[in-house]
Amino acid sequence: MKTFLASLRITLASMVLCVCGYTGVVWAIGRAVTPQTADGSLIRTPDGKVVGSRQIAQAFTQPRYFWPRPSAVDFNGAGAGGSNKSPTSTDLTDRAAQTVAAYGATADNPLPAELAAASGAGLDPHITERAARYQAQRIAQARNMPVDVVSDVIERTAFAPGGPFTPERLVNVLDMNLALDKLGTR
Amino acid sequence: MVQAILFVVMIIAGTALLSWPLGRYLAWAMDPAAGRKDRNGFTGLFQAIGGSASTGDQTWKAYVFSLLGFNIVMFMVVFAVLAFQQDLPFNPDGKQALEGSLIYNTAASFTSNTNLQHYSGEVSMSYLSQLAGLMWLQFVSAAVGLAALAALARGLAGRALGNFFVDVQRATFLVLLPLALIVSILLLLTGLPMTFEGSIVATTLEGVQQTIARGPVAAFVAIKQLGTNGGGFFGPNSAHPLENPTFWSNVVQTVSIILIPMACVWMFGRIIGRTKHAAVLFAVMLVLMGARVVASVGFEAEPTHAFASLPITQDVGNLEGKELRFGAAAGPLWSVVTTSTSNGSVNAMHDSLNPLTGMMPMIGMWLNEDFGGVGVGMVNMFMYIIVGVFIAGMMIGRTPEYLGWRVEAKEVKFAMLGLLSHGFFILVGTAIFAVTPWGADTLANTGPHGFSEILYEFTSAAANNGSGFEGLGDNTVAWNIATGTVMLLARFIPIILPLAIVGSLSAKRRATESSGTLSVEDGTFAGMLTATVIIVGALTFFPAATLGPIAEHVMFMN
Repeated sequence: MKTFLASLRITLASMVLCVCGYTGVVWAIGRAVTPQTADGSLIRTPDGKVVGSRQIAQAFTQPRYFWPRPSAVDFNGAGAGGSNKSPTSTDLTDRAAQTVAAYGATADNPLPAELAAASGAGLDPHITERAARYQAQRIAQARNMPVDVVSDVIERTAFAPGGPFTPERLVNVLDMNLALDKLGTR
Repeated sequence: MVQAILFVVMIIAGTALLSWPLGRYLAWAMDPAAGRKDRNGFTGLFQAIGGSASTGDQTWKAYVFSLLGFNIVMFMVVFAVLAFQQDLPFNPDGKQALEGSLIYNTAASFTSNTNLQHYSGEVSMSYLSQLAGLMWLQFVSAAVGLAALAALARGLAGRALGNFFVDVQRATFLVLLPLALIVSILLLLTGLPMTFEGSIVATTLEGVQQTIARGPVAAFVAIKQLGTNGGGFFGPNSAHPLENPTFWSNVVQTVSIILIPMACVWMFGRIIGRTKHAAVLFAVMLVLMGARVVASVGFEAEPTHAFASLPITQDVGNLEGKELRFGAAAGPLWSVVTTSTSNGSVNAMHDSLNPLTGMMPMIGMWLNEDFGGVGVGMVNMFMYIIVGVFIAGMMIGRTPEYLGWRVEAKEVKFAMLGLLSHGFFILVGTAIFAVTPWGADTLANTGPHGFSEILYEFTSAAANNGSGFEGLGDNTVAWNIATGTVMLLARFIPIILPLAIVGSLSAKRRATESSGTLSVEDGTFAGMLTATVIIVGALTFFPAATLGPIAEHVMFMN
């Protein structure tokens, strides 16, 4: 009986401090210091409509946009997940064959592997710089603009996520597509 | 590749360096009575909060009884929170009632510091369930582990074990709470969300509606990593871009996974007054973990086998189930540290690792002591030490001793029972589910990889780890009840038995160490301990490994 009483008292104290107090303090710091990311890195149009989250990939299927990596959950931001297929699975080969066909990749112009492999959560917002350059020709054609303009968008968006630890530069797909649309309306 | 090696070395060496001052702090926080100068003034406060049961020293039986009583309360409170979540506040997305066996599994999972998740957080859990249910358990279940280690160390030092109710508060309020606050601030700065607003519906550039789940993620993830809990706020855990949005948030989280388990070794050394012995244990653990890191990073540099026949570049490692922002080595490194420490969070899908890479997490969980879970990792290593000194003593015909305590048949039986129960849960569970529809009907992959999914699930439950080969359709009544029960037994048996060993040892007269005593501070002891771990720990599982990952590797990768 004493044991349970002590347990309940400690439960109460730790609920107050670790759940209410701690969560409240972290929330307040987030509001004060990093309100943008604390909110989920949302991107809004000038009239306040939410276009998406900078950190969450969204589906792009039209040739005029950069395409993200494959998603095992069809870019479901409310139920994320990976394919969970073994890298030896023929299911993966079948899925990758579809991706290869969509990009029109050939032995002379092979598809970068990161564009064939589904990400862990199915929401990876990035592709590599080389995977973006691989798509530049298609986008330029669809938008009727010189490839240089598309390359310029890539160049402006590319970043090394871990500085010296990550030699391969990445680009944010949504950032690039927003930049492309901005070009179009000018 | 140079960058990958640099990254791995920086993370592990950096955390090892940080663990030294933290170990000093842990000893001060958990054991203020050790040196007269070290007294901290909190003991009185904790006795006031805990009431009359928290004053005075406890015998090992009383300590275990209090520990179990507190865990029963933990389980019941969270069972109630989860069972009534649909009627409780902080549920902006209107999450519905959960199924009974899933509630049992989840409450058992978080009480036992496992955090095996047969649900997907953003689909099933209200914010109240996440915070007052699961996150609360992430604090106190890790604290239970620290308390158990402190009691074990005091007993070995020849002192009274202390009082569980004071120890668990010391661990919660002096160790985990301040560290979680620091880490959560770092996570906010590296881009994690922290909001009580519900999910938001976006209209994408192509005009499609996308619902984006959010939540109070930063606070949750900090203690999830520090307490070797590992249960994710979102389904894909730290592979989710909102749970681990940047390269640097990944660095903070990787360090947080191994920090306290490493510091626990130093805390143990300080309480028993033998830091040199702790350094030897630390080195053994570091070698065992380091070997798996090297193997894992190496095996994962192989390109995805399924793409070999297609016009796809073969110049990068296997990227299926991985996020690009963490860099090439981050996935395989994390897969090892998260299973070395019974954490179980993931930043890449383990089901999609190359076959032999996927075996490294399993080996980590089979051994379960380098560095192991918060507190309990060192407690597991203690059982290997008892068996190791016993074998060494038998080999040279001398009465086995550890820290001057005579190790006899009773202690060795308890230690062996603890170690063998681990293999029993994993191998028997896997065997039953592999030949019945309970397991066979829930697989996402065929052949040896399907077997690996079952083996991994029972390994993860028995090691109180919580990661999974997540293709497995594990939210069934059979899986929920089987793994829920394994998690609870595998949590408390290896806490109770070592405390019983200490209770038995400390009833004897302690011998003074002489030149004839086997040293626990030299290379011979390190070698003996490593051999014991490998022979007892790994070989138990070798036949199972050959049926799963090794068979898959041989079939496809050559």
